[in-house]
Amino acid sequence: MSQPTTFKNYQRESRLFTSRIIASTVIVALMVLLLLGHMYRLQVLEHEKYRTDSRENRVKLRPLPPTRGLIYDRNGVLLADNRLTFSLEITPYQVKNLEETIARISKIVTISEKDRQRFNRLRRQYRRFDSVPIRINLSDEELARFAIESHLFQGVDINAFPVREYPLKELTSHVVGYVARISERDLMTLNESEYSGSTHIGKTGLEQSYEQVLHGKVGVQQVEVNAAGRPIRVLSRNPPQSGRNLYLNLDTRIQETAMAAFGEHNGSAVAIDLATGGILTMVSKPGFDPNLFVDGIAHDIYQALLKSPDKPLYDRAIKGQYPPGSTVKPFVAWAGLSSGVAQFSGRTYCRGYYTLAGQSHQYRCWKKSGHGSVDMGVAITQSCDVFFYDLAQRMGIERFGKFMSPFGFGQKTGVDLVGERSGVLPSPEWKRGAFGQVWYPGETVISGIGQGFFLVTPLQLATSAATMATGGIRKTPRLVAHTQLADDEKTRTPVPAETFQFKMSAGKGHDQIVDAMTMVVEGAGGTARRIASDAYRIAGKTGTAQVFTVKQGQRYDEDKVSKYMRDHALFIAFAPADKPRIAVGVIAENAGHGGSVAAPIAKEIMDAYLLWGNDDRW
Amino acid sequence: MIGGSSFNADMSRGGGGLKRRNLAELLRLDLPLFTGLLLLSGLGLIVLYSASGEDMGQVKAQIIRLSLAFGVMLALAQVPPQAMCRWSPVLFGIAVILLIAVLITGHVGKGAQRWLNLGLFRFQPSEIMKIALPMMLAWFFSLRDLPPKLLSLSVAAVIMLVPVLLIAKQPDLGTALLVTSSGVFVLFLAGISWRLIIGLALAIAGGAPLAWSLLHDYQKQRVLTFIDPSSDPLGSGYHIIQSKIAIGSGGLYGKGWLNGTQSHLEFIPERHTDFIFSVFSEEFGLTGVVLLMCLYLFIIFRGLYIASAAQNSYNRLLAGSLSLAFFVYLFINTGMVSGLLPVVGVPLPLVSYGGTSVVTILAGFGILMSVHSHKKLLSI
Repeated sequence: MSQPTTFKNYQRESRLFTSRIIASTVIVALMVLLLLGHMYRLQVLEHEKYRTDSRENRVKLRPLPPTRGLIYDRNGVLLADNRLTFSLEITPYQVKNLEETIARISKIVTISEKDRQRFNRLRRQYRRFDSVPIRINLSDEELARFAIESHLFQGVDINAFPVREYPLKELTSHVVGYVARISERDLMTLNESEYSGSTHIGKTGLEQSYEQVLHGKVGVQQVEVNAAGRPIRVLSRNPPQSGRNLYLNLDTRIQETAMAAFGEHNGSAVAIDLATGGILTMVSKPGFDPNLFVDGIAHDIYQALLKSPDKPLYDRAIKGQYPPGSTVKPFVAWAGLSSGVAQFSGRTYCRGYYTLAGQSHQYRCWKKSGHGSVDMGVAITQSCDVFFYDLAQRMGIERFGKFMSPFGFGQKTGVDLVGERSGVLPSPEWKRGAFGQVWYPGETVISGIGQGFFLVTPLQLATSAATMATGGIRKTPRLVAHTQLADDEKTRTPVPAETFQFKMSAGKGHDQIVDAMTMVVEGAGGTARRIASDAYRIAGKTGTAQVFTVKQGQRYDEDKVSKYMRDHALFIAFAPADKPRIAVGVIAENAGHGGSVAAPIAKEIMDAYLLWGNDDRW
Repeated sequence: MIGGSSFNADMSRGGGGLKRRNLAELLRLDLPLFTGLLLLSGLGLIVLYSASGEDMGQVKAQIIRLSLAFGVMLALAQVPPQAMCRWSPVLFGIAVILLIAVLITGHVGKGAQRWLNLGLFRFQPSEIMKIALPMMLAWFFSLRDLPPKLLSLSVAAVIMLVPVLLIAKQPDLGTALLVTSSGVFVLFLAGISWRLIIGLALAIAGGAPLAWSLLHDYQKQRVLTFIDPSSDPLGSGYHIIQSKIAIGSGGLYGKGWLNGTQSHLEFIPERHTDFIFSVFSEEFGLTGVVLLMCLYLFIIFRGLYIASAAQNSYNRLLAGSLSLAFFVYLFINTGMVSGLLPVVGVPLPLVSYGGTSVVTILAGFGILMSVHSHKKLLSI
């Protein structure tokens, strides 16, 4: 160690070394200052920015979907429920061997190829810590089987969530409608923040028209998440507000009765509670199973429903437009009296057909041999066409329209459903607007018996009958009586109904018209005698609407016409005739004569409402 | 004989006989340095508890490693520097052989061959080189007149290049740079002229494009990300962005111990190892950072003082370069996590979780203590 060179240069080396140590110290100090300066910039000058970044990193807003309101009928029967369903879900990042796990699961619960496809599709859309359903709608048995072995499956969990269910299926399908997954189209119109947590939205029926009420208000919670986005804890919570329940005027028992009364026929029936305007029953047959739509309907089933000639998805009650046929005769009679064109006792001679002056075209009466000399009462009771051809002709189309419209013809009723159609009360203006053609006098003639351009919906049949029954009180028909929050009676809110009232004074023949309508059911020549009842008196009017136009000089032969071209059977009624409580409108498609098919359906509905409450059939 | 001579030296310095010798002197520990290291390690454990997600198991494991490393330090403090000097070429030779062995049979860890598995434990020969290279160069220059001539500088450059290239080949750019720097410090302290230093710096700047072409893709990516972290916010830039958010959101006083959201919610990558400084800065703020830097500076300056007080060129060069290397670990790590330097896998000395670097660092301080406690009283 003690070499001479070391000693020789010791002082010089020592000085050099000391200067280098000093230089090092200065450099170290400067670099630390540089570092601290950088830290000062980050932690003091730019602190606000980084504090915000840090907060945005960890705090995320998560929507809390509200619970959808339920739908009950007037007796508390559940029409739309939120049923808890169970699904088996895999959190992929917690599972080592996905294929092997799925294989083991499939030994416990059935997993179809479709389930696998859905799993693979959703897996790509979800984040890796999200659980992805491998099987939905587990049965109770499968649930129990998996629960026993669940400890063997890490990262596989049973998840419960509410699914909309319609226990009565076809029976109330058109009234209640259905919810389905929110579509791209829905997203364009709805308030996205309100629906940020929701998966479903009302698509048809009350589910659609009361969407705002049923849906409720979305809640929100602030969640602290980690870097992987996994929630760690809830920082704050603004709970969702459940949707309101709907309580209907509809009575499921009457609905069942009406549906059954149609037998094999398609058609529609609506009954209205005259005291409130509430809809007691609203049938559109055939119905469909709305549960099919809730989680996406299979393509082939949907196509079958769409293409069926029975049109099960079509809500006939508010969208079906039919010629009212003879059911308009009491209203035309009132229009005649009211306009001063006719007297109730005034007579017209029916020889089986009617002709306009100077024209050869014969407007036929349904009774080929003719009714002879008839007054207004007999004309209504026996449904004489010639009498009403003549009356309409004498009134002229302008007055005809003016005195018919108070009954609501040609106007939407304002029912609490979306998609209602207005029907057609024919007029020259309407025809010009619809076809760009002039009005012909013959079209006035056939309007008098509810043919030609005249169209009504089944709902309008019922509301016009109700207006006749109450002597001019036309109420907005309502399916929903009131809404309320869950079981909280205090939050009960009735659904308002408007009333359009006009004077139908008894002196102007209203009583006589009602009497004549009573004779339709009770009289010797009445067209609906088969439904005469001892229990209460019925005022009604039959009708037959032509689907297939019979050419001049030809006879309509039911057997020769295909099923879908046969006449529709119609009936309107209200009861009890002297103090009416219920009004009914019925259309039985392709069922022939109104008195034989449609009237008995109306009778069943009225019986159900007026009589069954008094005995123990319910 | 060596022990005896130093005993005499101590006797004469103390002047008051055995009674005045305290325990630290007896163990040949430098009390200021020892206290600083102990404080830093203790602080490191406190930060580690938070950074590990309050995992006492990791803290205990680190305590065991620290104890082992302090043991190594204590042991090395007993070895006289003269012995170290004699064995320097041998140690260096062994380290080079081990590096070659790693390249041949190297255990694959983290995508690079760095580890050598000795059955009982695994270790990185490149860590040994962090000490072996400065020892070798200090030995080399201690035999020559200083400042060194160009010829001896050329030889020194070859001595440096062999291990650095071997480590770079693993590939472990970070360690290669650290090893290079520890060698460069010896050259700097040995007194190579400022003109040469500036010339070399210019040469390196000129050679950068060539070096760039030799880099691996992931290394290029790191440099690119360093230049603009936001260019790849979800990839490599993510680490730096999140680390800067952690540091910046700490503010002046920090979010408080165990309250760092960036670390506890796992936004900071490698939070208990390389990025532990971000955790510290987030929870203790600028105040904590300044105090931590003071502690580090105290240790570094104490090391430089020991070097300046050393009595021969081997001791000086070695003690000085080890102290400066310690500073380089600190600067690279803190510079990296705060976005001042590119991401290089260098732990925060004595604070980051992990055994190898702790042992290397405390071994270095053991040498410093040996240098300081084996001084002879010279009358020149």
